Amino acid sequence: MMKSPLMKFLNRNPSVLIFLLILSVFTILITIGSEAFGFGFISTSLVKILGKTLCFCLVAISMDLVWGYCGILSLGHFAFFGLGGYMIGMWLMYERTRLIVLEAGKNAELPMTVQEIQNSIGSQIFGVVGGSEFPIIWTFSNFLWVQLLLIVFIPGLLALIFGWLAFRSRVTGVYLSILTQAMTLALALYLFQNDSGLRGNNGLSGLQNLPGLEDISQSVISMWFFWGSALALGLGYLFVKLIVESKLGNVIRGIRDNEQRMRFLGYNVEIYKLFIFTFTAIIAAIAGALYYPQAGIINPAELAPIASIYLAVWVAIGGRGRIYGAVIGAGVVSLLSSWLTGGQAPNISLGFIELKWVDWWLVLLGISFVLVTLYAPKGIGGLFDKLTKGARK
Amino acid sequence: MSGALLEVNAISVSFDGFKAINNLSFNINCGELRAIIGPNGAGKTTFMDIITGKTRPDSGDVIWGNKNISLIQKSESEIANLGIGRKFQKPTVFEHQSVMENLIMALKNKRSPWSVLFYKPNASDNNKVISVASGIGLFDYLDKLAGELSHGQKQWLEIGMLLAQEPQLLLVDEPAAGMTFEERKHTAFLLKKLAKSRAVIVVEHDMEFIRSLNCKVTVLHEGSVLAEGTLDHVIKNQTVIDVYLGR
Repeated sequence: MMKSPLMKFLNRNPSVLIFLLILSVFTILITIGSEAFGFGFISTSLVKILGKTLCFCLVAISMDLVWGYCGILSLGHFAFFGLGGYMIGMWLMYERTRLIVLEAGKNAELPMTVQEIQNSIGSQIFGVVGGSEFPIIWTFSNFLWVQLLLIVFIPGLLALIFGWLAFRSRVTGVYLSILTQAMTLALALYLFQNDSGLRGNNGLSGLQNLPGLEDISQSVISMWFFWGSALALGLGYLFVKLIVESKLGNVIRGIRDNEQRMRFLGYNVEIYKLFIFTFTAIIAAIAGALYYPQAGIINPAELAPIASIYLAVWVAIGGRGRIYGAVIGAGVVSLLSSWLTGGQAPNISLGFIELKWVDWWLVLLGISFVLVTLYAPKGIGGLFDKLTKGARK
Repeated sequence: MSGALLEVNAISVSFDGFKAINNLSFNINCGELRAIIGPNGAGKTTFMDIITGKTRPDSGDVIWGNKNISLIQKSESEIANLGIGRKFQKPTVFEHQSVMENLIMALKNKRSPWSVLFYKPNASDNNKVISVASGIGLFDYLDKLAGELSHGQKQWLEIGMLLAQEPQLLLVDEPAAGMTFEERKHTAFLLKKLAKSRAVIVVEHDMEFIRSLNCKVTVLHEGSVLAEGTLDHVIKNQTVIDVYLGR
């Protein structure tokens, strides 16, 4: 029997199957425990936290591809994550407001004109920033399919233009990292403005409500998004693994280790960097588009430079250059973070001082980052390597 | 100028006012072995950087092949794909990848991300890898990480990668540096063998090594060609003795 290329690939890379298996089991367990489809011992808010964590894992995978494999320490990938969230948020907000306006207009004596409806939606959405006109960037916000495409195209285009300018000028290393920080900061500052067209610092809200599906409870919707996030993570893992195990993976690792040598081997390094940078930006955007409907709100603070730095910390702690390391890092660190800063973790009294996790979490994260850098440069993933040593080439 | 594989016409380049290359002209024919010598700062490395596209000359032209393609506006990767390979003094192989992967990356194939993503080694590629690996004595090491090889084996692997690239012109930077007497002899033998099917430019300090190459020698000094000819001819040149050999 002829084996398909995918089957051969999975045979050569058993870690993919293991990962997909663990992810499936995890998804099934959460489903069984959920309020909507199971016994209900996992609360809807926990389902949302876990679903959001899966999105973080997905964006961490993209970070590992661009940094761990291609050597580009981008500290701006959360800009793409946030932009993805804004793109889906625009449709969610527009469509939901439209339905509310139509509902309210039902009882009016005269049916509303199209212009009246549009004005009403506009003032509902943009009232907080003192406007009612739709900015031009909202042109397609009434078409779900267009906004879905924009999730890919807008962050992809930004990455393409930014990357083209930066890589063409051969900006590398820490200088490129600073540039990417500047990019995400500039974007955040722009979005903070009231006339940016995206409601300034109010951001987009009410994203957890799916238009027209108000009758369906959040416990069900949260599971839909959880499944969607799990599916995206599984597919993302598979695609990224396909890339890094191909000759393209060899070439980008070569670029990471010695880009000048790759040039003399005849590889156009800039094109490869641009390809990987843009591709990972698109993955980040898709992760963001899945994340923000679960978070319910997006505002420009999400694109602050620190968010992208956290992303690099997750990947470093999880272990670079081994896709599952990024997943572990993002999962462990972001879950710990939301537990310790969520107020549920008991404070520890040391007599003279009380250890408040909310205050001490960042210190602990900082210390563990330093420790990982010094003593375990391969991160948590490095421990797995020790266990499976010998099995790998 | 029929037969000339590479023509360098009156190139000059300066860095912050320092003339690294000054009105330099140089020719090499197909299948020729040429040694370039010169004291430190003579412009040998800059000269190679210009040919391989790493540095753009301020003036002058570099003409390649029988189609007379000008190289000075081309990028490093375009020049490499036209058939100019470069070997560095320090062995630069990709240590985190296997010998096989190193060679496959070097093989003359399409270099665009898309074709690389969907690349599958065919029978002829496999045969080439096997024959190159056997030639450099690394056939048994194909699955080994390049970083696990010895210093000498890394040098061999890099030469193997250059062979896989199938260049028409090979630039070799100080191949004998840090080698034992025996290794030098072997390297000279290898370079002469390589020059049978392609042009080779060797940049070297070591006079005895140059002598063992038994080829035409170009002496660079302060960014220009000072003398050219057989080794015995150039070392009799009084200026050459003054600037280089006298030290």
